[in-house]
This record gives sequence, structure tokens and C-alpha cells, in this order.
Amino acid sequence: MDIELIGRIWPFFAEAAWVTVKISILAIMLGLTLGFTAALASLSRNPVLRWPARSYVSLFRGTPALIQLFLLYFGGPQIGIHLEPFEAGVIGLGVNIGAYMCESIRGAIISVEKGQTEAGSCLGLAHHQVMSRIILPQAARMMVRPLGVNAIALIKGSAIVSTISVVELSYTAHRYISSTYKPFEMFILASVFYLAIVTIFSYGVKWVDRGVALE
Amino acid sequence: MTEPIVKIRGLKKNFGQLEVLKGIDMDIEPRQIFALIGASGSGKSTLLRTINQLEEVTEGEIWFDGELVNQKLPHRQRERHLNQLRQNIGMVFQHFNLFPHLTALENVTLAPVLLRRSSKAEAIEQAKILLDKVGLADRADYYPSRLSGGQKQRVAIARALAMTPKLMLFDEVTSALDPELVGEVNRVMKELAQEHMTMIIVTHDLRFAEDVSDHVVFMADGLVAEQGPPSQVFRAPQEERTKAFLQQVFED
Ligand SMILES: Nc1ncnc2c1ncn2[C@@H]1O[C@H](COP(=O)(O)OP(=O)(O)OP(=O)(O)O)[C@@H](O)[C@H]1O
Ligand SMILES: [Mg+2]
Repeated sequence: MDIELIGRIWPFFAEAAWVTVKISILAIMLGLTLGFTAALASLSRNPVLRWPARSYVSLFRGTPALIQLFLLYFGGPQIGIHLEPFEAGVIGLGVNIGAYMCESIRGAIISVEKGQTEAGSCLGLAHHQVMSRIILPQAARMMVRPLGVNAIALIKGSAIVSTISVVELSYTAHRYISSTYKPFEMFILASVFYLAIVTIFSYGVKWVDRGVALE
Repeated sequence: MTEPIVKIRGLKKNFGQLEVLKGIDMDIEPRQIFALIGASGSGKSTLLRTINQLEEVTEGEIWFDGELVNQKLPHRQRERHLNQLRQNIGMVFQHFNLFPHLTALENVTLAPVLLRRSSKAEAIEQAKILLDKVGLADRADYYPSRLSGGQKQRVAIARALAMTPKLMLFDEVTSALDPELVGEVNRVMKELAQEHMTMIIVTHDLRFAEDVSDHVVFMADGLVAEQGPPSQVFRAPQEERTKAFLQQVFED
């Protein structure tokens, strides 16, 4: 193992790790927004809302994220969508993870006992009041962990944006391999950064989870 | 003769192929204490739940306070109609269904505040009076997870009363309780009865039914098999099925 080489180039990996963090956070925010909207729509009694939400989920969970990303970045210009690699990366990853997050959020909402809805309705509360004041506060506590799992999958999966030349961790590893011929060191270095990001993020999720737990 | 507050005519309810209610007629007068008894699966809960439309009706009519409960309405209007209706009908469940993310006090104030029955300060004032009435003034700030079953059920009763309903529905509210906690909940219901709240009580606790009610309905197989004052239904039942049911229950 070439320690001297690692000591020399790790700052470039740190910079690239920051790009991975940025693209992941933006994609997670997009995913949460889409996931939340789709979850509420898919639980609506109105088929005009339900149907598109369900299709979105099965479409994006049923095809590879890589193909979705290529379709957006390489296929997009053909239909007039021109995106920078970073933008395409955020949108591609975010729209994909949104479908998974939708299922996590939906699962948490469904897991709230039916008796809670009944108790709320019996008091004369409107459907949206039952949802916002009774169901969602309870579901929120149950969705933190599954959403954390989705988000961590996204952080690791963000490596695919290297294929559309976003200069993040995986791309950087590849680039330095071609100039140093040291794939072992480069991939170890990239892994250390991924592990660091994921570990910090996991602690964040645990902290939030404890924060929202019922007393 | 006053106009009944609840009037049920030809009520039928199917779950798919299963006929659960097969034609019920029933009148409940204001201030009446109705006890609904019968074997498991006879349709007591279903009947109770059609009154506030937790269950939709297959056939027949339910009138509450002069208004047809199960009107055919477009979706939005129906929701508004039901919300209005339900504000006047309190319900207490076997498994309490308290809101676990809210304190006892917040459980009681939630609906009056959201539905603008009163200001927040008034609602809190009112909730404290109600919690005091059910003997839980000192538990106002407890979350449900820290209350006993009997205490939870008393909070649930206070929560329902906070909307000042004209009718209270109780569905086996002591069935999930440890025996030593049944008394405290029964006492609260009895107190309500003495204040002439109109109540429909579904119960397996026949002694309590006899003690508290002024009208008993015995249901069997989706129909009213016998009804009358408790002295008659319990002490001198006319129907063979009633006799058999009472004998079986009192033997246990
Ligand atoms: N949502 C439902 N879907 C299908 N069948 C149902 C549903 N709710 C109740 N039933 C059936 O309807 C019948 C009557 O049920 P109901 O709960 O009204 O009886 P009950 O008299 O309250 O019984 P118990 O004393 O056990 O509470 C039962 O056979 C039950 O299985
Ligand atoms: Mg029942």
C-alpha cells in the first residue's frame, strides 16, 4: 500500500466527498418532497391522484436507476431537456429515491391503527384534520428509520453519477487510477470517505429518531 | 310523547355476502339509557357503528335528531354532513383509541379547538372540568402510555364529552380492562346516566346493564329478538333465545 501517495492526494478526495454530500443532500430533499406528495396522493380516495402516484412508484422502482439517469442526461436533449451533469445527477437520484421514500412514508401512515382515524372522525374532525393532527404526527415517528435506510442507499448509490461525469468520489477514484495505476489505494480511499459520510449520516438519523420518539 | 332522538327503520347491513343486520327497527328517546346485549357476532357493534356512519348502511334509514343520517349526498357534502353529525354523537371504544402523541388534556381539547367550538383557553378550562369529573384532574399532563386502562378509558369519555354531544355510544368499553378497573369506568357512565345523557351501551356486563339502563335490547343473529325494561328482559324474558342467552351468561 502506497501510504505516501494516499497522504498526497487525499485532499482531492475530500473535495470530491463534499460533492457527493451536496448531491446526496439535494437528492434526498427532492426525494422527500416527491415521496411525501406521492404517498399522500396514493392514499387519497380520489383515483385521479392515486393513479399517477402508484405509476410513479412502480415505474421508478421497477427500472434501474442507472437507466433512468442515462435517459435523463443522454436522452433528455433529444426532447429539449439540457442539464448540467450535477443537475441531472440531483434530479435523477432524487426522482428515483422519491419512489422508495414514497413507500416508506406510505407504510408508516398505513401502520397507524385504524382506531386512530375512527376516533378522530367520531369527534367530527374533517379528513385533512385527522390526517394532519392525528395520523401524520404518529406516522412521522415510524418513518424516520426507513427513510434513513433509503437515504443511506442513496448516498452509496450516488456513485452512479460518476458515469455522467459528475466529479464526485467514484469519479475521482477512477481519474486518479488512470494517472497513478494504483486502483487498490484509490478505491480504499474512496471507501473510507463513503464510510465516513454514511456513519455521520446514520448518527444523524438515530439522533432524529430518538428526538421524535414517544415519551 | 317526545320525538325519538334516534330512529332506525328497516336497517340492513351486509359485509359482502355476510348479512350482519337483517332489518332493525329501533327508537331511542332523549335521556334514555339503552343497553344493547347479545351473543358475540350478533351485530351489536355494527349497529352502533352505523349510527355515526363508521359503517355505511346497505338498506334502511337512520334518523338522528330529526335528520336522515344516511342521506345520499355527493362526496364533499357527505363529508361535511357526517362531520356535523358526529360532533353531536360521542363514541367510546373498547380499546380506548386515545391519541398517544397527545397528553390527556390535549386529547380532550383537540376537537373543540380544531372545530372552533371554543377558544384554546376555554377549551383547556372545559377539559380540566371534564377530567376532574372523571376523576383524573391530576393526570391532565400525562401521556396515554403512562395511564392505566381504566384511566385511559375515562380520558376517552372526557374527550367525547368535550364536544357536548347529544348522544353517547359505548362499545364494550370495559371489555379490555382488568377486572379491578371496570368499576371506575362504570361509575363514570352511571354518573352520566344520572345526569340524563342519552346513551347506547353495548356490553357483556349484564349486571351493569341491568343496573344502569332503562331499556334493554337483546340482539340475536342480526335482529332484535327481545326488548323492554331491564326488569322484564332480565327477570321475565318472553323469548326462548333470551332465556337461553341469559342462562348461558349467568352460568359462566
Ligand atoms: N368490517 C367487517 N368486515 C367483514 N365482516 C365484519 C366486519 N365487521 C364485523 N363483521 C362481521 O359481522 C358480524 C357481526 O359483528 P359485530 O362486531 O357487529 O358483532 P358484535 O355483536 O359486536 O360481537 P362482539 O360481542 O364479539 O363484539 C360478525 O360475524 C363479524 O365477523
Ligand atoms: Mg362488538
